[in-house]
Amino acid sequence: MKSYHFRILKSKIISVFLTLFAILSTVPFLLVLYFIIKNGISVINWEFLTSLPKPVGEPGGGILNAIVGTTILIIIALILAVPFGIFTGVFLAEKGDSKIAFLSRLVVEILQGVPSIVVGIIVYLWIVKPMGHFSALSGGVALGIMMLPVVIKSTEEILKLIPREIKEASLALGVPYYKTILKVVIPAGFSGILTGILAGTARIAGETAPLLFTAFGNPFLNFNILKPISAMPLLIFNYAVSPYEEWWAKAWGASCILVVFVLTLNIITRLISKR
Amino acid sequence: MASRFTRKLALNKDKIFNLVLSFFAVLLIFLGVGFFLSLFNASYLAFKKFGIGFFAGKNWDPVQEEFGALPFIYGTILTSFIALGISFPFSIAISIVLGEYFQKGFFAEILRYLTELIAGVPSVVLGFWGLFFLVPLVREIEIALNVPPYGVGILTASIILAFMILPYSASIGKDAMRLVPNELKEAAYALGATRWEVIKKVMIPYARSGIIAGIILSLGRALGETMAVTMVIGNYHGIPESIFSPGNTIASVIANEFTEATGEVYLSSLMYLGLALFIITTVVNLIGRFILKKLQH
Repeated sequence: MKSYHFRILKSKIISVFLTLFAILSTVPFLLVLYFIIKNGISVINWEFLTSLPKPVGEPGGGILNAIVGTTILIIIALILAVPFGIFTGVFLAEKGDSKIAFLSRLVVEILQGVPSIVVGIIVYLWIVKPMGHFSALSGGVALGIMMLPVVIKSTEEILKLIPREIKEASLALGVPYYKTILKVVIPAGFSGILTGILAGTARIAGETAPLLFTAFGNPFLNFNILKPISAMPLLIFNYAVSPYEEWWAKAWGASCILVVFVLTLNIITRLISKR
Repeated sequence: MASRFTRKLALNKDKIFNLVLSFFAVLLIFLGVGFFLSLFNASYLAFKKFGIGFFAGKNWDPVQEEFGALPFIYGTILTSFIALGISFPFSIAISIVLGEYFQKGFFAEILRYLTELIAGVPSVVLGFWGLFFLVPLVREIEIALNVPPYGVGILTASIILAFMILPYSASIGKDAMRLVPNELKEAAYALGATRWEVIKKVMIPYARSGIIAGIILSLGRALGETMAVTMVIGNYHGIPESIFSPGNTIASVIANEFTEATGEVYLSSLMYLGLALFIITTVVNLIGRFILKKLQH
């Protein structure tokens, strides 16, 4: 048997070592953040946010098309995923033992892990191919599908946490079931559902792969959801792999805005769900 | 006055409400089934032409309309497992530090945020950063090692993947470590074990299935990750000779070629790849979730 002091010392050395390893693993995130802010912040100004891209060689220009595009895509995704997600979540929380619930949960789990590029292919087959061209609508649908499992899961989980007594009290007062759900149960779980919606938005705001063959990208301003539309991540991708230095600078600026947006949503989500 | 009529109306509304709820749940099931059927249908042409041999074929030649997926399968598995290997020690370290040494407090919170938030950075931004920071770095290493200095390639993609999947396995591993009952730990301390001995001989064995579930779920992420990998892997269609050579994964080939694919066999072959990716990631994910679920009950 080794001496007691040796074993204590070994335990302490290992704990220091492990803690250093854990701290070391934060380095990539800090490096990414540093790079993006360093390269991006100087690009961002009023013109960058409010004007359209200019051809290579002309100074100025901005990313308004991508900002508008991402906003429209997120709105379409929200319109589709929020009611669908909340109703399915209510179903799973209320009728969790049924066969339909079992199968729906399975689909939710599959959707949570499905690679985003596969969602892109599916929506291409379902919408782009029949329509014959790329569109903002198809991009929004793809993002909506990505968002759906997050909204469903958070709705189901928060509704399960709401005390039965609240529901029973409402029913005992003679309030019909549907009104009990819509006016008592869902409002009681509002913060949890909101967290899910924010987390879902954070998940889709930076998604590129599902947009490659759906929204496709568009160098012009577009408000028509039946036409191709730009998006922040698409613009970053196209500019990042281009050979032009000024486009790289634009991509850094766009990355900076996108990352700040997504991380803020993430942090808000965590703060709300902790309460 | 609540007459019988209004009560009946309320009951009817309840029925309608229940129908609406069921409708969405059933729609969701159709969505899942539709995913599979659509992909299957779209890849049928390639399936008929190449059969299962598609996955053993070494050539991907759009001009000759000859398609084999082996290089991409190989690239996908290689990058994912190297990424797992790189992230594993860090994942275990974070799990132990946050699951045992620092369970609460300022340091724990900061460490948790900093390790988990990288999962929130969009894949395309990580790929962009990888192009400008990691690729030159790997190129330096390759020059020092006297191998062709591509910069882009399997290793670069694996490193980025490791960053992306670390938060998943670390967070699940941490939860598993926190689930170890205090009585067990105290019993070991009472027998004279040191803290490290408690971790090694009591906590890790107890949390093992949770840690494994975390690794499997992060593998599922790695297999399907697209943008960052596409940007740094080098888009090479042959079988990569070493970890320094460029390659392709299933996801990166689809991302690169889908919009340019002309010809039905070509497009159908890409769909076939998509179907394979969908099935593999789904199986891996369901296994991971199954283990997690067993743990929670």
